[in-house]
Amino acid sequence: MSESKLKRVDLIFGEYSNTKYKVLADTLKRRNEDILEDLMESGLKGRGGAGFPTAMKWKLAADAPSDTKYVICNADEGEPGTFKDREILSRVPRKVFSGMAICGKVIGAQKGYIYLRSEYKFLLPELTRELEMFHEHIGKMGFDFPIEIKLGSGAYICGEESALFESMEGFRGEPRNKPPYPTTHGFMGKPTVINNVETFVNVVMIMRLGPVQFKLLGTTDSRGSKVFSVSGDTPIPGIYELELGMPLDRFVEEFGDGDTKAVQVGGASGFCVPRKKFKDTIIGFEGVPTGGSMMLFNSSRSMYNVLHNYLDFFEEESCGQCTPCRVGCQQLRKGIVAVKKGDKKAGYLDQLLKLSESMKITAKCGLGQSVANSFSSIVNNFKEEMIY
Amino acid sequence: MSKKINLTIDGINVSVDPGTTILDAARKLNIHIPTLCYHEDLCVAGNCRVCVVEQENSRTLPASCATPAAEGMVIHTNSGKVRVARKHIVELLLSEHNADCTKCYKNGNCELQSLASQMLTGDHMFLDLVPDKHYTIDMFNSAIVKDDSRCIRCQRCVRTCEELQSVSALSVAYRGNNMKISTFFEHPLFEVVCTNCGQCVNRCPTGALIERNYVDQVWDAIYDPAKHVVVQTAPAVRIALGEALGMPPGMIVTGKMVTSLKRLGFDAVLDTDFTADLTIIEEGYELVERLKRALVDKDPEVALPMATSCSPAWIKFLEHTYPDLLPNLSTCKSPQQMFGALVKTYYAQKKKLDPKNLVSVSIMPCTAKKFEADRPEMRSSGYKDVDYVLTTRELAIMITQAGMEFDKLPESHFDNIMGMSTGAAVIFGTTGGVMEAAIRTVYEVVTGREVPFESLNITPVRGTEGEVREASLLITGTKPEFKFLEGVELKCVVANGLAYAKKVMQNVKDGNANYHFIEIMACPGGCLGGGGQPIPTNKEIRAKRTQAIYEEDLGMPLRKSHDNPEVQELYRDFLIKPLGHKSHELLHTHYTPRKRY
Repeated sequence: MSESKLKRVDLIFGEYSNTKYKVLADTLKRRNEDILEDLMESGLKGRGGAGFPTAMKWKLAADAPSDTKYVICNADEGEPGTFKDREILSRVPRKVFSGMAICGKVIGAQKGYIYLRSEYKFLLPELTRELEMFHEHIGKMGFDFPIEIKLGSGAYICGEESALFESMEGFRGEPRNKPPYPTTHGFMGKPTVINNVETFVNVVMIMRLGPVQFKLLGTTDSRGSKVFSVSGDTPIPGIYELELGMPLDRFVEEFGDGDTKAVQVGGASGFCVPRKKFKDTIIGFEGVPTGGSMMLFNSSRSMYNVLHNYLDFFEEESCGQCTPCRVGCQQLRKGIVAVKKGDKKAGYLDQLLKLSESMKITAKCGLGQSVANSFSSIVNNFKEEMIY
Repeated sequence: MSKKINLTIDGINVSVDPGTTILDAARKLNIHIPTLCYHEDLCVAGNCRVCVVEQENSRTLPASCATPAAEGMVIHTNSGKVRVARKHIVELLLSEHNADCTKCYKNGNCELQSLASQMLTGDHMFLDLVPDKHYTIDMFNSAIVKDDSRCIRCQRCVRTCEELQSVSALSVAYRGNNMKISTFFEHPLFEVVCTNCGQCVNRCPTGALIERNYVDQVWDAIYDPAKHVVVQTAPAVRIALGEALGMPPGMIVTGKMVTSLKRLGFDAVLDTDFTADLTIIEEGYELVERLKRALVDKDPEVALPMATSCSPAWIKFLEHTYPDLLPNLSTCKSPQQMFGALVKTYYAQKKKLDPKNLVSVSIMPCTAKKFEADRPEMRSSGYKDVDYVLTTRELAIMITQAGMEFDKLPESHFDNIMGMSTGAAVIFGTTGGVMEAAIRTVYEVVTGREVPFESLNITPVRGTEGEVREASLLITGTKPEFKFLEGVELKCVVANGLAYAKKVMQNVKDGNANYHFIEIMACPGGCLGGGGQPIPTNKEIRAKRTQAIYEEDLGMPLRKSHDNPEVQELYRDFLIKPLGHKSHELLHTHYTPRKRY
């Protein structure tokens, strides 16, 4: 048992540096090109779930011509089953601030914002205190980079970057049309880098350890480690930092309760992997990507209920502006209910699967596009549970 | 000139300017990608997703209205993938929509309906969501009916209200499955800042926003032998009505319109243009009077600049937004209401009719006119001055109901009295028209000479869309009684669309404007782009209507309001003089300050 244990990593929550803000102070002295090169070399991809290469995002924003630019930390952690950013912000806020400041230096931004989900309001006093100290320290380093915290108002959609900008600007949280992308037209229409909380921490650790050591963790396509939020039918729920690229069966071996029938990887917008596919599933960008949420379900769970629950969530959390997402979510939920009740024949599920495919390619933003992930993976793998 | 962008659409190469959307690039190739939330007048929303296309090497299908063409793009507008997705989207919209088409006012002129027929929907692909929705209908308003069960949430109305009109009476409320278009705290339209301009009605692709129609009431009046039914027609109707009856935009159909109204059974077919001329006299004298009070009497109370008052949506806008500037509004009623007041007094007298048996109907390019006619102050004849207001669209419905082939109708003339008008009245229908008409008269009254412009065309005040037009005119060689205006540079400003009106009035409020005379029309392009005009209305169509209006003006034998012999007769026999006692009683009004919320 003990030899099969997954390697624990201590990068995110590990020591920042022996003296306060040393990594930041050292990095601020480096040339922007060198910082970007290290990031590129590290292969770091965004930790919010979509996995956009961080160095490329920063480069695009750095190259965008504008006197005003912004760095935004997306702390609107709303994906069901994800609770790692809360932990990161409460345990290592300095790493988050430092990562943002480094980004500010590289892209030439004057200001940073942390968009904190309203449910994390309780973190505010501590974060504010820490920010004061941070401002003091960074002032001494001769770099002016104020960071401000903006609170969300409880909408899942505001975790989508352009909806987040709208929300910060005081409008309804609705995703914008893309292109243009945030790196050229972000917050207030200015070039903006928006990264997940964990991404900024990774940047700091890459700066501290160097890309070579960072790359020792993970696989070619998924470098580094990841903080996982483990929940569901597990005897040991909680936050775990693990290497990326692990096979799912080893994960289940360690965290399952011996009766795991499925793992939902990546929350409600992620994929459901059934037992028979555990062995062939890699957690990482080459396999099933995740923003950190790992939900385990044992055989006592009805996957119909699980799916119904997700669809309920999406139906309500869709911003409602685009047709595929607003109406599609309603149709999918009502559709599975109708099949379950026998109002519709089992074949209707195929119709719904096709609809979910259309949603995936036509919805305006990631929310509507990703509903099909859980829908098709649950319906396809647990069809009998949907019907009987 | 920046570099062209080359892309391929359905196998055809095309070069476009940077920033051109895929939708526009396709239109260049005469490939029409279906759209719903897209409207030429509005900013791109990209939310209905009907216009999706396939882009090679892209995981998703981009919305062509919202996606700029990029170098080397390969686009397919009609691939299998696109067809399936598009049909899904239309089916989804239908599943949320009360598709009771035969009971819908927009039956036959509904963009969703035509899309549905194009897509061959009808196989009930998805569940009907309507029974579970608790849709409401707001029908407590004089002008506009809002039926949420027909709404497809394209937000054209929201964008119209905010971008074109800066009113924002309509906005998006709630989210997800509960998302809807609503008002401030979901109050009915008559309780919010809505100006009844109807621009939303004109852009609604379905029957969710429609005018409150009075077609049946008007038929009843016509059929009632005891009633003498008089109809007046606004200047902008005669250059747009044809569009609603199958003719191309920009046709002048005055004569056919008069014939059709006579055949519908109206007892007298008269012209709002008559009172437009009258408005010019009253308003012109009012302006001169205000200038005199300011320049000669040095009266600190006099409100200058003076603003025109013929656009009822503009008036309600001012009542809500700048109630402290209401004294700046001319006290003149709009031509419609002057007409209404005179029909039941002067006309009744002349024709020896009992005003209680008179029914006065107006045909307007406007929805706000319905609200205006219902205002409590619009009863100065002792009766409701205007009983029913029909939009251009409603008239087209009546003509169709009566089985007339409109384009084949012969032409005829307005009846008299109150049927005669000048070119100055015709141009009331376009932005800058009232200003031009007023200057033609005021200048001549004050100096005894015609305005110094070729063919009386005062082009500097001819406003265009999307701008605030400023102009000035030096007054010299005044008649002795108007000596106080000698050397005065009359400063004018013309704006159309309430968003631009707001800019002008904010300047006035801030004291940054030294205008004398302001003309505001609530709708883009003026009345010719009114909320009651045929659907569709867009920039291109408005341009054609504008051209038609100026053509009509040029073709009129008389082109100055004060030359209208029937107006002269009216003053001689009834009103005695401009701004006189009778005028004040019948032709002038007051306004009501309203709250923003």
